[in-house]
Amino acid sequence: MWQRFKAWFHKWASPKWFFDMSASWMPWLKGIAIACMVTGVIWGLAFAPQDYQQGNSFRIIYLHVPAAILAQSVFMMMAVAGFVNLVWRLKLADLAVKAAAPIGAWMCFLALFTGAVWGKPTWGTWWVWDARLTSMLILLFLYFAVMALHGAFTDATTGGRAASIMAIVGTINIPIIKFSVEWWNTLHQPATFKLTEKPAMPPEMWVPLLIMVIGFYCYFGYLLLYRMRNEVMEREQRTQWVRELVRKGV
Amino acid sequence: MNATVSAAFTAQLRRDLLLSFRRRQDLANPLIFFVIVVSLFPLGVTPDKEFLSQAAAGVIWVAALLATLLSLDGLFRADYEDGALEQMVIAPQPLFMVVLAKTLAHWLVTGLPLLLLSPVLGVMMFLPADATGVLMLSLLIGTPVLSLIGAIGAALTVGLRVGGVLVSLLVLPLYIPVLIFGTGTVQMAINGQPWTGHVALMLAFLALAIGLAPIAASAALRISVSN
Repeated sequence: MWQRFKAWFHKWASPKWFFDMSASWMPWLKGIAIACMVTGVIWGLAFAPQDYQQGNSFRIIYLHVPAAILAQSVFMMMAVAGFVNLVWRLKLADLAVKAAAPIGAWMCFLALFTGAVWGKPTWGTWWVWDARLTSMLILLFLYFAVMALHGAFTDATTGGRAASIMAIVGTINIPIIKFSVEWWNTLHQPATFKLTEKPAMPPEMWVPLLIMVIGFYCYFGYLLLYRMRNEVMEREQRTQWVRELVRKGV
Repeated sequence: MNATVSAAFTAQLRRDLLLSFRRRQDLANPLIFFVIVVSLFPLGVTPDKEFLSQAAAGVIWVAALLATLLSLDGLFRADYEDGALEQMVIAPQPLFMVVLAKTLAHWLVTGLPLLLLSPVLGVMMFLPADATGVLMLSLLIGTPVLSLIGAIGAALTVGLRVGGVLVSLLVLPLYIPVLIFGTGTVQMAINGQPWTGHVALMLAFLALAIGLAPIAASAALRISVSN
């Protein structure tokens, strides 16, 4: 069992193996992502019942919550990949950090943006220095930091390792940020803005939400593989197998 | 073995302090910056006493944070450029202790003077007199954390020419919790609330930073040196 796991793990050191394998995973991810997101959007926007307080404006939850969940889990994934990159020096882990950062940053931005759009009708303001909002904003800054560090080095491998350290350090900071901001918030503001705490939702509301979350994860997986494959092609452009691929016109 | 580790620590600390005291002007610059930034607020926002005494803790903390940030670039830069850093990396003594010593030296020449200067700025900003002690306590615990986290950023960017701006991008998000609790402690003292809980949490940050930040910083130094 252990031997088999080791053999499987060692395969990840080969960009070519990844390139061949991911080609067969991508259609699945794409298919599930499209199916889930189409179902989730139609169900959520057209058929889910109205919220008794917020009316139709609550429906933005079907974009907001998946984006916010993704923004956080992508950062965690990036840190794990960064750890793998630093310890085992897997090229693919480095590629994963680089490929995931912009996607995570977009998810974070999307969560903030939809949050602002949602906040206007419900809270009467685009922005509040509320616990959740502030911690998401810091998360966005951390994504920028990882991306900036990756780009700052002329040598891609060194840049990747530096960015990996930043991703790991950022992860240690995430719970600290979360709790510190929550404490700070309770200090200054009375708990008027507790709308982020979900009321007990009926299943007709949360099932499409769950479907959307699954769809977002698959969409992220698809994008990640897509970007990683591009990077593999670029970094391995001098190897025989990439040249042959290009000659065949894949 | 233990003796050589602690000897390396003290030798490094003494060397860094000596180097800093040989360039006194560099020591004064962050302090002057600190005072100027704080005095910009009454000029730029309002000299109103009510407002300033409310904002004092936050303004002094932000200014201390920026002053620390500006001084970070010098933490490893000179050693990197003259090759001393490579010797530290390949030395048999753990890099962890070297980083810790260098960070302590950095704090002694930047954080500590900021802390000693803060009561004067507190008076300028109409900080309530009984909160001055709490402000100093929060800075005493908080500024070493700033130096330690900053060491990670400085170590990551020491090999780059564009270091300065990038360091702020890397380090400022990580400074936010310290800032929140630092100002929170003072604010609670002003409002007459119990503030020891905040101090305990800041001490927890400090313990965490002493234990973990040098690990990250030394890993980053190895990467920067190998570049």
